[in-house]
Amino acid sequence: MAIESAVLVVGGGLAGLTSALAAARAGADVRLVSYKQSTLRHASGLVDVLGYTPDGDGPLRDPYEAIPDLPLTHPYRTVGVSTVRDAMSLFDETVPTYRGDHTDLNALVPTHGGTIKPTARYPASAAAGLASDDRDVLLAGFESLVDFDAPHAAAHLRSAGVPFRVRGATIRFPGDLRADAKVTRYARLLDTDGDVTVDGRDRPVRTALTERVERELDGEARVGVPAILGDDHAAAVREDLGERLGVDVFEVPMGPPSLPGLRLEDRLFEALDDAGASFETGNPVVDYDGDGRIERVFVEKNGARIPFSAEEYVLATGGLVGKGVESNREGVTEPVFDCHVPHPADRYDWFEDEAFGDHEFAAFGVGTDDGLRPLDPDGNVEFENLRAAGSVLGGYDFAAEKSGSGVSIATGYAAGRDAAEVVA
Amino acid sequence: MSDTESPGPDASGDTESDPSFDPAEPNTGDSFEPVDVFPDSDDFDLRPGADSCYKCSTCDTNCPVAEVDDDFPGPKFQGPEQWRLKQTDDDYEVDDSIMDCSNCMRCDNACPSGVPLSQMHNTARGQYVDEQMSKLSVEYWRNRILANYRTSAWFASKVPRLANFAMNFGPARWAMDKAMGITDEREFPAFATETFTEWWAKQGGAAGSRERAREARERRGDPVDADKQIAYFHGCYSEYNTPEVGKALVRVYEHFGYEVVVPDQGCSGTPMFANGMVDDARRHAEVNVSSMSDLVDEGYDAIASCTSCSMALRQEYPELFDIEGIDDVATHTFESVEYLRIHEDLVDEVREAEVDDELAEEFAYHAPCHARNQGLDRQAVELFRDLDGAEIEDVGESCSGISGTYGWKSEKYEKSMAIGEEMFDHMDHAAGETGMTECPTCAMQMEHGTGYEVRHPLELLEAALVE
Repeated sequence: MAIESAVLVVGGGLAGLTSALAAARAGADVRLVSYKQSTLRHASGLVDVLGYTPDGDGPLRDPYEAIPDLPLTHPYRTVGVSTVRDAMSLFDETVPTYRGDHTDLNALVPTHGGTIKPTARYPASAAAGLASDDRDVLLAGFESLVDFDAPHAAAHLRSAGVPFRVRGATIRFPGDLRADAKVTRYARLLDTDGDVTVDGRDRPVRTALTERVERELDGEARVGVPAILGDDHAAAVREDLGERLGVDVFEVPMGPPSLPGLRLEDRLFEALDDAGASFETGNPVVDYDGDGRIERVFVEKNGARIPFSAEEYVLATGGLVGKGVESNREGVTEPVFDCHVPHPADRYDWFEDEAFGDHEFAAFGVGTDDGLRPLDPDGNVEFENLRAAGSVLGGYDFAAEKSGSGVSIATGYAAGRDAAEVVA
Repeated sequence: MSDTESPGPDASGDTESDPSFDPAEPNTGDSFEPVDVFPDSDDFDLRPGADSCYKCSTCDTNCPVAEVDDDFPGPKFQGPEQWRLKQTDDDYEVDDSIMDCSNCMRCDNACPSGVPLSQMHNTARGQYVDEQMSKLSVEYWRNRILANYRTSAWFASKVPRLANFAMNFGPARWAMDKAMGITDEREFPAFATETFTEWWAKQGGAAGSRERAREARERRGDPVDADKQIAYFHGCYSEYNTPEVGKALVRVYEHFGYEVVVPDQGCSGTPMFANGMVDDARRHAEVNVSSMSDLVDEGYDAIASCTSCSMALRQEYPELFDIEGIDDVATHTFESVEYLRIHEDLVDEVREAEVDDELAEEFAYHAPCHARNQGLDRQAVELFRDLDGAEIEDVGESCSGISGTYGWKSEKYEKSMAIGEEMFDHMDHAAGETGMTECPTCAMQMEHGTGYEVRHPLELLEAALVE
């Protein structure tokens, strides 16, 4: 016996979640298994489609317009522009707290490093911070959150030529939080408007924070702070601070661990639950049975191999960082199904000498047919009932192109939709 | 990893004096000789785990203590960072904040690099208690008494009615709080007037179970000599406090044609790990592994109804102890509902069943932290989704806050309740006014915070499947 479903998705990132969601919404009985908790909390929470061409041209105004000119091996070419649009619609329906769906054009969102990222969707919490808005900005960093140096980010934005005045100020977050307090600690304190001690007096944290930011304000219409403004009640926290300050407050997306990523993760899992799908995390898929067709896979729990079987499978285990693609001195492999990962035989051809050179490894991943089914070295389908989605796919460099989320959503959607069609 | 493999026989080893050395042509590994940084020891090697940590801090965002406690440095410090400090300084003393870690083990499930955080915490805590905590201190003895709950429960079970009265007798509790640091805010759980094993003996023990299992197989049309045998690890709580959970397990498993045996067993060790009483835990582990591994050899699987017990046998035992047979036992241990999901068509049987409201119509379900690493936090909600007559609502992903003995300590009571606040709030908003969880101490906390009665999923499964 085995734990059964019609569709089994392996991987709990954006690709896996979108895939499971697409299949479940199409009526399939879906289960998602993920080695660990979703890695979405590593992500900034911004959802890009395409910011730059593979040649580095950009920032692109309209990502959709650029897709037909991408190389044929690019995952966007595999699924096609209309599927990318359908996939983004599914995302928009599922995550109403995101903005940017009113246009095809990229938005320009300031990052915590003071760069400007072209992105298709952004959390509502970042909306007041867009670089295309000409209202003046105060960036308020917190002394203890060293990942965001507000004066530095402001200077960076000024030199990027943003159409507004921007200043950065570093303030002390009110209360005696430890120097390395977790982002969840700040969020929880703000969510509950808990008391903090300021000058020997207990004050509600939102009041105390408002006072400190207010002192730095000099007529700016909007204030950006690191993305720690609440978790469960993020919108309420932001609005409350905005009302008290009389300005628009926005969050600057941060590096990991990221609350906007965490909120997106929560929302997507909630949607998956609503769609009737099953999911579990904590243990890896390590092996499979089958030849040409996957009969079942094994999840390893402390030595025990738990069988899971399905008719259709989706591989969404991530790329080199997510460990869905692995490399050693011998070569590059996909560890779960041992799908072929094309790569030069000589590992000195995998990279360039310059740190930011055009490294080949960045685009390592499985190659697929039109239906996203991984191909073996001879160009034949590895397994008739396995589709791949997200950064386990090769043929694109998401970090350089700013296309990571978009490819995950588009290929996840396509894989889930097609798998559901087979089992229907 | 091949990076650390021994060099081949032709390794020259001397690259620095090689005149052809060119930094742009990196050492290809042929002449690489790994340096043994730490001498061999019998301890479990935590180095690869510490090295795998790339400091993303995801573990910290999962720590329920760090979310409410401004003095707690979080799992990344307690695990890999503190481990490194210990290697570089012989006099390094384990930071006393290790005792504020509640051993919820959520950080394990969070780490994208597979760093064995809880193993590191357990090891550091064991060292702290062993080497730094005074064996004459009230804290040590308080913790030891709490950790050895099984011993107190065994005595209490001999005189359950008297114990129930005495343990919640106001002046005595006041004195326990003041003198021992055991909070008087909580009510001690009631001891059953008949323990699970007393009941089990009356049912004819293993022989009785074999007979009933065979009858069930005949009824189900299964082969009568099917190889369906399990060894039940009931743990202390089903034994002394909630024997109804153990009874439900027996009835559900016999319904599916399983022969149940109940081997000799001690405590799983969960409360001992959490208090750094590793030697106590080991003593119990030896008993459990010894009896379970004999049965595993005979083809039995070990089944626990408490997710912390199954977690201990599966993960903490092989991570902390080197006892013969321990890996086999870990590999063959399962949580009770999980095992049926794997081996039986549980989903369909539940879908075709219905329950009347003898337990409740609606349940507010809380997934214990220890269920998470085992991938079981969604199990009950997903299984009962299709059960007619009962609604199960997940009350969210927060920790209940009690973490076994943690919330029983006077100085940690407030923190424990602050962690639990989110769960209480969600339970309050859920439609059901009966709780459900697999973990006995989460159940205690749920009851304490809301006044709800709390059931185990096996009890609902029994109501649905066993007539």
